[in-house]
Amino acid sequence: MTQEILQQIDKITSNYEQKQAALLPVLHLVQEKEGLISPEAEKEIADYLGIPVVQVHEVVSFYHLFHQKLKGKCHLSVCQTTSCALLGAEDIIEHLKSRLGIKAGETTPDGKFSLSVVECLGACEIAPMMQCNKEYKGFLNKKNIDELIEKNS
Amino acid sequence: MQKVTTRHFNQPNSHRLETYLKDQGYEAARKALTQMTPVQVIEEMKKSHLRGLGGAGFPTGAKWGFIPKSNPKPKYLVINGDEGEPGTFKDKYIFEQDPHSLLEGIVITCYAIGSHKSYVYIRGEYVKSMQILQGAIDEAYKQGFLGKGIMGTSFDLDVVIHPGAGAYICGEETALLESLEGKKGFPRLKPPFPAVVGLFGCPTVINNVETMACVPPIIQNGSEWFAKLGSAKNGGTRIFCVSGHVKKPGIYELSAGTTLREIIYDHAGGIREGHQLKAVIPGGISAAVLTANEIDVKMDFDSLKSIGSMAGSGGIIVMDETTCMVWAAMVAARFFAHESCGQCSPCREGSGWVYRNVKRIYEGEGRPVDLENLPGIVNNIGGNTICAFGDAITMSVGSYVQKFKSEFEYHVKEKRCDLALSNISSPLMGEARWG
Repeated sequence: MTQEILQQIDKITSNYEQKQAALLPVLHLVQEKEGLISPEAEKEIADYLGIPVVQVHEVVSFYHLFHQKLKGKCHLSVCQTTSCALLGAEDIIEHLKSRLGIKAGETTPDGKFSLSVVECLGACEIAPMMQCNKEYKGFLNKKNIDELIEKNS
Repeated sequence: MQKVTTRHFNQPNSHRLETYLKDQGYEAARKALTQMTPVQVIEEMKKSHLRGLGGAGFPTGAKWGFIPKSNPKPKYLVINGDEGEPGTFKDKYIFEQDPHSLLEGIVITCYAIGSHKSYVYIRGEYVKSMQILQGAIDEAYKQGFLGKGIMGTSFDLDVVIHPGAGAYICGEETALLESLEGKKGFPRLKPPFPAVVGLFGCPTVINNVETMACVPPIIQNGSEWFAKLGSAKNGGTRIFCVSGHVKKPGIYELSAGTTLREIIYDHAGGIREGHQLKAVIPGGISAAVLTANEIDVKMDFDSLKSIGSMAGSGGIIVMDETTCMVWAAMVAARFFAHESCGQCSPCREGSGWVYRNVKRIYEGEGRPVDLENLPGIVNNIGGNTICAFGDAITMSVGSYVQKFKSEFEYHVKEKRCDLALSNISSPLMGEARWG
C-alpha cells in the first residue's frame, strides 16, 4: 500500500476506539483505489490493523460489496426483491443478460460491464431499479437500459 | 396532517445548515443542553410515546433509561441507518433531505444518555446519503453544534459515519455492532442487552434514523403535542413507504393511527389503472402479508400486532390481482435464503429449504408432500434462532401459505401457474411509468 493510502487509513482508524473497528471503511478505501481486495491487500490490512488475516478474509467474503475479482467499468446491480419484482425486474434482468451476453455474476470479455442480481437496495419507489456503480437508476425499461448500455460501450 | 420528520423536504437546499437554521434549527438542542437535565429529557421522551421506527417499535424513552448511570465506561449512541428491509426507503430521504434533523436528534440523545461519541451506520449502497450527511456533519462542527463545548456548554460530542457493505442482517442491532467493530455481521445472543454491553463492550443505545429525527420536535413542542399526533401508546407520525402496484409510489408522513386503506387509496393514488387490490405487505417483507379484506387496520404497532402482522419499518408493498401469491412467497423466501447470515442452523438450512420448496411448487414441480411439509419447515425456524430473522421467515412465508393456501394447492394439483406470465411481463414494459 502506498504512503498516501496508509495516511488515509490512519485518519480512519483515529475515529475508532479500537483500531480493528476501522476494517469496513478501510476495505472500502482500498477497493476504491484498487478495484478489488486482493489476498496481498488482505494481508497488509491485517498486519496494519493488528488482526489475523483470516478475520479480514471472512469479512471480505461475508459482505457482498467487497470484491475479490475485478468488476467491469460499469457494474450493474439489479434489484430482484418484491417491489422491483412486482414491476418487472425479471424482464429487466433477462434483457440485460441478452444485451450483454453474460450471466449474473459475470463480466463482459471487454471488461466494460459486470452484472449482479441483488436484494433490496432501498429504492422501491423507483422500481424496477438498479445500481450502476455508485448511482441509483430507477423506472427501468428496455429503452433506458439500452441507452445506458450504449452510453457506456 | 402536521408534518414532523418531513417538514423541510420540499424546501430548496433542505439539506443545508442555513436552511435548517431558518426553522428554529438546533434550538431544541440548545433548550435541552441549557435548560433541561438529562433525566428531564428522558422523561419527555417517555411521555411522548415515541416508539422505535426501525421496526421493533420499542419505546424510545424507556430504551434510553436502561443505560446504567453508575457504569464508568464510555457510552455510545449508534444510529441504525442500514435500511435494508425490503419496501423501506424513508431513512434515505432523511439523510438526503434533512440530515441536520438527524444530527440535532443525536446531540439531544447523547446529552440524555451521557454519550460523547455517536456512530451513524449507513448501508454501503447509500453513497449519496453518506456524502450529504458528511457535508452536514462538517457544517455542524464548523458552527459549534458538534465537537468540543457544544453551544458554549461543557458538552462534547463527536459523530462518525460508518459504512456498511451490503448485508441485510446488519440491520439487526447486535449484528450491526459486530459490523461496527470490524467483524462479519453475526447477531449476538441477548442478554446481555446493548444498553449494558454494547459497542466495544460499553453501554450503547441503538436508534433508527427516523426515530432520531422525531427527537428535536418533541423537545421543541413538548411530549403532549407529539403524543396527540399518533394513536394511544404510539405517539407521533411516521413515514410510510408505499411501493408496488400503486399509482403513486413514494413516502407519506401520516399519523401512526392512519388506516392502511387510507394510505393506499387516499395518499398513494390507489391501485394501478384497471386493477384491483389483492394483497399487501404492511411493514416490510418480514411482516405477514394481508389480504384485501384486512386493510381497514390502523397502522400503529399494536393494531397490526393484534391481527398477526406487524408495523415493522413502515414499508408497504401493494400487490394487485395479477400477482401469483406462490410467486410472491418465492420472492420473499429467496430474499431470506440469500440474506441468512448462516450462524444458526435452523435459519441457515431452513431458509434454503423453504425457498427450494416454494420454488418447486411455483414452477409446477411441487409434490403433495412439499405442501404438507412446508408449514412444519417454516414454523421450525422462528423461535429457534439467535435473532429475529428466523421469526421473520416464519411470519412472512408462513402468512402466504396460510392465507393463500388454495393457490399453493392449485399449483401442486394442476402443475402450473395461471398468473405467472401476466405478472412477469408487465404490459407497461418499454414505457416510462410515473415520469
